Amino acid sequence: MSAASPMGRALDLITRVRGVRGAMVVSRADGLIVAEQLMEGIKGGAVAALASSLAGRLQRAMVSAGLGPSQFWHLQCDHGALLVVPAGAAATLLLVAVTEADVNVGLVRLELLRAAETAG
Amino acid sequence: MTVRAVETWTLEPLTTYVTEAGARLVLLMTPAGQVLAQSGFSRAVDVMAASALGAAIVASTNELARLMHQPPFAGLSHQGQRNGIFLSAFETDRGRLTVLVVYELDASSLGLVQLFLEQLVADLRAASPKAGAPKQVLAADFERELNDSLNSLFGR
Repeated sequence: MSAASPMGRALDLITRVRGVRGAMVVSRADGLIVAEQLMEGIKGGAVAALASSLAGRLQRAMVSAGLGPSQFWHLQCDHGALLVVPAGAAATLLLVAVTEADVNVGLVRLELLRAAETAG
Repeated sequence: MTVRAVETWTLEPLTTYVTEAGARLVLLMTPAGQVLAQSGFSRAVDVMAASALGAAIVASTNELARLMHQPPFAGLSHQGQRNGIFLSAFETDRGRLTVLVVYELDASSLGLVQLFLEQLVADLRAASPKAGAPKQVLAADFERELNDSLNSLFGR
Protein backbone atom coordinates (compact mmCIF):
# COMPACT_ATOMS: atom_id res chain seq x y z
CA MET A 1 0.00 0.00 0.00
CA SER A 2 1.47 3.32 -1.08
CA ALA A 3 1.78 5.90 1.69
CA ALA A 4 0.40 8.48 -0.77
CA SER A 5 -2.97 6.69 -1.02
CA PRO A 6 -5.73 7.70 1.46
CA MET A 7 -5.47 4.35 3.22
CA GLY A 8 -1.67 4.49 3.29
CA ARG A 9 -1.88 7.94 4.87
CA ALA A 10 -4.45 6.67 7.36
CA LEU A 11 -2.15 3.83 8.40
CA ASP A 12 0.81 6.23 8.63
CA LEU A 13 -1.08 8.33 11.18
CA ILE A 14 -1.55 5.29 13.40
CA THR A 15 1.85 3.63 13.08
CA ARG A 16 3.68 6.88 13.86
CA VAL A 17 2.51 6.61 17.47
CA ARG A 18 5.18 5.16 19.75
CA GLY A 19 4.32 1.61 20.84
CA VAL A 20 2.15 0.77 17.82
CA ARG A 21 3.45 -2.45 16.25
CA GLY A 22 1.18 -2.35 13.24
CA ALA A 23 -2.06 -1.14 11.75
CA MET A 24 -4.48 -2.56 9.24
CA VAL A 25 -7.56 -1.63 7.28
CA VAL A 26 -9.81 -4.69 7.28
CA SER A 27 -12.94 -5.43 5.30
CA ARG A 28 -15.56 -5.94 7.98
CA ALA A 29 -17.80 -8.29 6.00
CA ASP A 30 -15.21 -10.80 4.86
CA GLY A 31 -12.35 -10.35 7.34
CA LEU A 32 -9.70 -9.78 4.68
CA ILE A 33 -6.91 -7.19 4.79
CA VAL A 34 -7.43 -4.14 2.59
CA ALA A 35 -4.19 -2.39 3.58
CA GLU A 36 -1.53 -3.03 6.22
CA GLN A 37 1.61 -1.69 7.84
CA LEU A 38 2.74 -4.40 10.22
CA MET A 39 5.95 -5.28 11.99
CA GLU A 40 7.43 -8.70 11.32
CA GLY A 41 5.95 -11.53 13.35
CA ILE A 42 2.36 -10.26 13.38
CA LYS A 43 0.02 -12.65 11.57
CA GLY A 44 -2.00 -10.01 9.77
CA GLY A 45 -4.42 -12.41 8.07
CA ALA A 46 -5.30 -14.09 11.35
CA VAL A 47 -5.74 -10.80 13.21
CA ALA A 48 -7.94 -9.44 10.40
CA ALA A 49 -10.18 -12.51 10.23
CA LEU A 50 -10.61 -12.78 13.99
CA ALA A 51 -11.08 -9.03 14.53
CA SER A 52 -13.85 -8.86 11.92
CA SER A 53 -15.53 -11.92 13.46
CA LEU A 54 -15.34 -10.31 16.88
CA ALA A 55 -16.62 -7.00 15.47
CA GLY A 56 -19.71 -8.75 14.10
CA ARG A 57 -20.47 -10.41 17.44
CA LEU A 58 -19.79 -7.26 19.47
CA GLN A 59 -22.02 -5.29 17.14
CA ARG A 60 -24.89 -7.71 17.77
CA ALA A 61 -24.26 -7.62 21.51
CA MET A 62 -24.23 -3.79 21.59
CA VAL A 63 -27.36 -3.47 19.50
CA SER A 64 -29.14 -6.18 21.56
CA ALA A 65 -28.24 -4.27 24.71
CA GLY A 66 -29.75 -1.14 23.18
CA LEU A 67 -26.41 0.67 23.11
CA GLY A 68 -26.16 1.20 19.35
CA PRO A 69 -23.18 0.30 17.17
CA SER A 70 -19.72 0.26 18.77
CA GLN A 71 -17.36 3.16 18.04
CA PHE A 72 -14.12 1.98 19.59
CA TRP A 73 -12.90 -1.13 21.35
CA HIS A 74 -9.78 -1.89 23.28
CA LEU A 75 -8.67 -5.42 24.14
CA GLN A 76 -5.90 -5.37 26.72
CA CYS A 77 -3.66 -8.45 26.90
CA ASP A 78 -0.53 -9.34 28.90
CA HIS A 79 1.89 -8.31 26.18
CA GLY A 80 -0.04 -5.72 24.24
CA ALA A 81 -3.40 -4.53 23.06
CA LEU A 82 -5.72 -4.53 20.08
CA LEU A 83 -7.54 -1.29 19.36
CA VAL A 84 -10.27 -1.12 16.75
CA VAL A 85 -12.41 1.62 15.21
CA PRO A 86 -15.09 1.09 12.52
CA ALA A 87 -14.49 3.20 9.40
CA GLY A 88 -15.71 3.83 5.88
CA ALA A 89 -19.19 4.41 4.51
CA ALA A 90 -21.71 2.43 6.62
CA ALA A 91 -18.78 1.20 8.74
CA THR A 92 -17.80 -1.41 6.15
CA LEU A 93 -14.14 -1.23 7.22
CA LEU A 94 -12.28 -1.69 10.48
CA LEU A 95 -9.13 0.15 11.45
CA VAL A 96 -7.09 -2.16 13.64
CA ALA A 97 -4.00 -1.21 15.66
CA VAL A 98 -1.75 -3.80 17.30
CA THR A 99 0.18 -2.17 20.13
CA GLU A 100 2.58 -2.83 22.96
CA ALA A 101 1.23 -3.01 26.51
CA ASP A 102 2.50 0.40 27.58
CA VAL A 103 1.20 2.37 24.60
CA ASN A 104 -0.63 5.66 25.05
CA VAL A 105 -4.13 4.32 24.36
CA GLY A 106 -5.71 7.78 24.25
CA LEU A 107 -3.33 8.94 21.53
CA VAL A 108 -3.79 5.77 19.45
CA ARG A 109 -7.57 6.12 19.80
CA LEU A 110 -7.37 9.71 18.58
CA GLU A 111 -5.26 8.72 15.58
CA LEU A 112 -7.57 5.79 14.80
CA LEU A 113 -10.57 8.12 14.80
CA ARG A 114 -8.72 10.65 12.61
CA ALA A 115 -7.63 7.87 10.27
CA ALA A 116 -11.21 6.59 10.11
CA GLU A 117 -12.27 9.98 8.76
CA THR A 118 -9.48 9.84 6.17
CA ALA A 119 -10.35 6.27 5.15
CA GLY A 120 -14.06 7.11 4.97
CA MET B 1 -22.61 -30.10 13.66
CA THR B 2 -21.72 -33.78 13.11
CA VAL B 3 -18.97 -34.75 10.71
CA ARG B 4 -19.42 -38.09 8.92
CA ALA B 5 -16.50 -39.70 7.14
CA VAL B 6 -15.92 -42.57 4.76
CA GLU B 7 -12.20 -42.37 5.56
CA THR B 8 -11.90 -41.98 9.32
CA TRP B 9 -8.49 -40.21 9.29
CA THR B 10 -10.32 -37.12 8.01
CA LEU B 11 -12.73 -37.01 10.96
CA GLU B 12 -10.71 -35.15 13.58
CA PRO B 13 -9.21 -32.45 11.31
CA LEU B 14 -12.58 -31.77 9.73
CA THR B 15 -14.45 -31.65 13.06
CA THR B 16 -11.96 -29.06 14.34
CA TYR B 17 -12.27 -27.05 11.14
CA VAL B 18 -16.08 -26.98 11.16
CA THR B 19 -16.09 -25.73 14.75
CA GLU B 20 -13.37 -23.12 14.33
CA ALA B 21 -14.43 -21.70 10.98
CA GLY B 22 -18.15 -21.71 11.78
CA ALA B 23 -18.87 -23.48 8.50
CA ARG B 24 -22.44 -24.53 7.71
CA LEU B 25 -21.65 -27.23 5.15
CA VAL B 26 -18.33 -28.90 4.35
CA LEU B 27 -17.44 -31.55 1.79
CA LEU B 28 -14.04 -33.17 1.51
CA MET B 29 -13.61 -35.03 -1.76
CA THR B 30 -11.24 -36.17 -4.45
CA PRO B 31 -10.99 -34.17 -7.71
CA ALA B 32 -13.24 -36.83 -9.27
CA GLY B 33 -16.00 -36.00 -6.79
CA GLN B 34 -15.64 -39.06 -4.54
CA VAL B 35 -16.66 -37.86 -1.07
CA LEU B 36 -14.34 -38.67 1.86
CA ALA B 37 -16.26 -36.75 4.53
CA GLN B 38 -19.13 -34.34 4.97
CA SER B 39 -20.61 -32.07 7.58
CA GLY B 40 -24.01 -30.41 7.64
CA PHE B 41 -25.73 -32.27 4.81
CA SER B 42 -28.90 -34.16 5.65
CA ARG B 43 -29.71 -35.79 2.31
CA ALA B 44 -27.53 -38.08 0.19
CA VAL B 45 -28.80 -36.49 -2.99
CA ASP B 46 -27.49 -33.07 -1.85
CA VAL B 47 -24.04 -34.52 -1.14
CA MET B 48 -23.91 -36.17 -4.54
CA ALA B 49 -25.03 -32.99 -6.34
CA ALA B 50 -22.65 -30.74 -4.39
CA SER B 51 -19.68 -33.07 -4.88
CA ALA B 52 -20.33 -33.40 -8.61
CA LEU B 53 -20.73 -29.63 -9.03
CA GLY B 54 -17.71 -28.86 -6.82
CA ALA B 55 -15.52 -31.28 -8.77
CA ALA B 56 -16.75 -29.76 -12.05
CA ILE B 57 -15.94 -26.21 -10.86
CA VAL B 58 -12.43 -27.24 -9.80
CA ALA B 59 -11.89 -29.02 -13.12
CA SER B 60 -13.09 -25.92 -15.02
CA THR B 61 -10.85 -23.53 -13.11
CA ASN B 62 -7.90 -25.89 -13.51
CA GLU B 63 -8.46 -25.81 -17.25
CA LEU B 64 -8.69 -22.00 -17.21
CA ALA B 65 -5.40 -21.89 -15.32
CA ARG B 66 -3.84 -24.23 -17.85
CA LEU B 67 -4.98 -21.99 -20.71
CA MET B 68 -3.31 -19.07 -18.96
CA HIS B 69 -0.13 -21.15 -18.45
CA GLN B 70 -0.56 -20.87 -14.69
CA PRO B 71 -0.50 -23.50 -11.94
CA PRO B 72 -3.99 -24.56 -10.72
CA PHE B 73 -5.82 -21.99 -8.59
CA ALA B 74 -5.42 -22.56 -4.87
CA GLY B 75 -8.85 -21.26 -3.94
CA LEU B 76 -12.11 -20.04 -5.35
CA SER B 77 -14.56 -17.84 -3.48
CA HIS B 78 -18.13 -17.02 -4.40
CA GLN B 79 -20.07 -14.72 -2.13
CA GLY B 80 -23.80 -14.17 -2.15
CA GLN B 81 -26.02 -11.95 -0.01
CA ARG B 82 -26.33 -14.35 2.94
CA ASN B 83 -23.97 -17.23 2.17
CA GLY B 84 -20.52 -17.71 0.76
CA ILE B 85 -18.92 -20.70 -0.95
CA PHE B 86 -15.21 -21.43 -0.83
CA LEU B 87 -13.48 -24.18 -2.81
CA SER B 88 -9.87 -25.14 -2.42
CA ALA B 89 -7.69 -27.99 -3.69
CA PHE B 90 -4.45 -29.19 -2.10
CA GLU B 91 -2.03 -32.12 -2.16
CA THR B 92 -1.85 -34.79 0.53
CA ASP B 93 -0.26 -38.23 0.72
CA ARG B 94 -3.74 -39.57 -0.09
CA GLY B 95 -3.55 -37.61 -3.36
CA ARG B 96 -5.06 -34.30 -4.39
CA LEU B 97 -8.13 -33.38 -2.35
CA THR B 98 -10.77 -30.70 -2.70
CA VAL B 99 -12.70 -29.05 0.10
CA LEU B 100 -15.97 -27.23 -0.46
CA VAL B 101 -17.14 -24.94 2.34
CA VAL B 102 -20.47 -23.14 2.61
CA TYR B 103 -20.65 -20.46 5.31
CA GLU B 104 -23.26 -18.00 6.46
CA LEU B 105 -22.08 -14.39 6.40
CA ASP B 106 -23.77 -13.80 9.77
CA ALA B 107 -21.80 -16.57 11.45
CA SER B 108 -18.46 -16.63 9.63
CA SER B 109 -16.46 -14.85 6.93
CA LEU B 110 -14.15 -15.58 4.04
CA GLY B 111 -11.22 -14.53 6.22
CA LEU B 112 -12.08 -17.09 8.92
CA VAL B 113 -12.76 -19.84 6.38
CA GLN B 114 -9.38 -19.23 4.72
CA LEU B 115 -7.53 -18.77 8.01
CA PHE B 116 -8.60 -22.11 9.46
CA LEU B 117 -8.24 -23.85 6.08
CA GLU B 118 -4.46 -23.52 6.44
CA GLN B 119 -4.70 -25.52 9.67
CA LEU B 120 -7.08 -28.04 8.11
CA VAL B 121 -4.67 -28.68 5.23
CA ALA B 122 -1.76 -29.13 7.67
CA ASP B 123 -3.83 -31.51 9.86
CA LEU B 124 -5.01 -33.55 6.87
CA ARG B 125 -1.46 -33.81 5.53
CA ALA B 126 -0.27 -35.04 8.90
CA ALA B 127 -3.09 -37.59 9.22
CA SER B 128 -3.33 -38.82 5.62
CA PRO B 129 -2.25 -42.37 4.79
CA LYS B 130 0.41 -42.88 2.13
CA ALA B 131 -1.07 -43.40 -1.34
CA GLY B 132 -1.08 -47.08 -2.25
CA ALA B 133 -1.43 -48.73 -5.63
CA PRO B 134 -4.69 -47.62 -7.26
CA LYS B 135 -7.45 -50.15 -6.58
CA GLN B 136 -9.17 -51.65 -9.58
CA VAL B 137 -12.84 -50.70 -9.60
CA LEU B 138 -15.09 -53.55 -10.65
CA ALA B 139 -18.62 -52.87 -11.82
CA ALA B 140 -19.90 -55.54 -9.43
CA ASP B 141 -18.36 -53.78 -6.44
CA PHE B 142 -19.24 -50.26 -7.47
CA GLU B 143 -22.84 -50.14 -6.28
CA ARG B 144 -22.02 -51.86 -2.99
CA GLU B 145 -19.09 -49.50 -2.32
CA LEU B 146 -21.24 -46.50 -3.21
CA ASN B 147 -23.96 -47.64 -0.80
CA ASP B 148 -21.38 -48.30 1.93
CA SER B 149 -19.97 -44.79 1.44
CA LEU B 150 -23.40 -43.17 1.60
CA ASN B 151 -24.23 -45.17 4.73
CA SER B 152 -21.02 -43.95 6.37
CA LEU B 153 -21.70 -40.35 5.35
CA PHE B 154 -25.16 -40.37 6.89
CA GLY B 155 -24.53 -42.62 9.87
CA ARG B 156 -26.92 -45.37 8.76
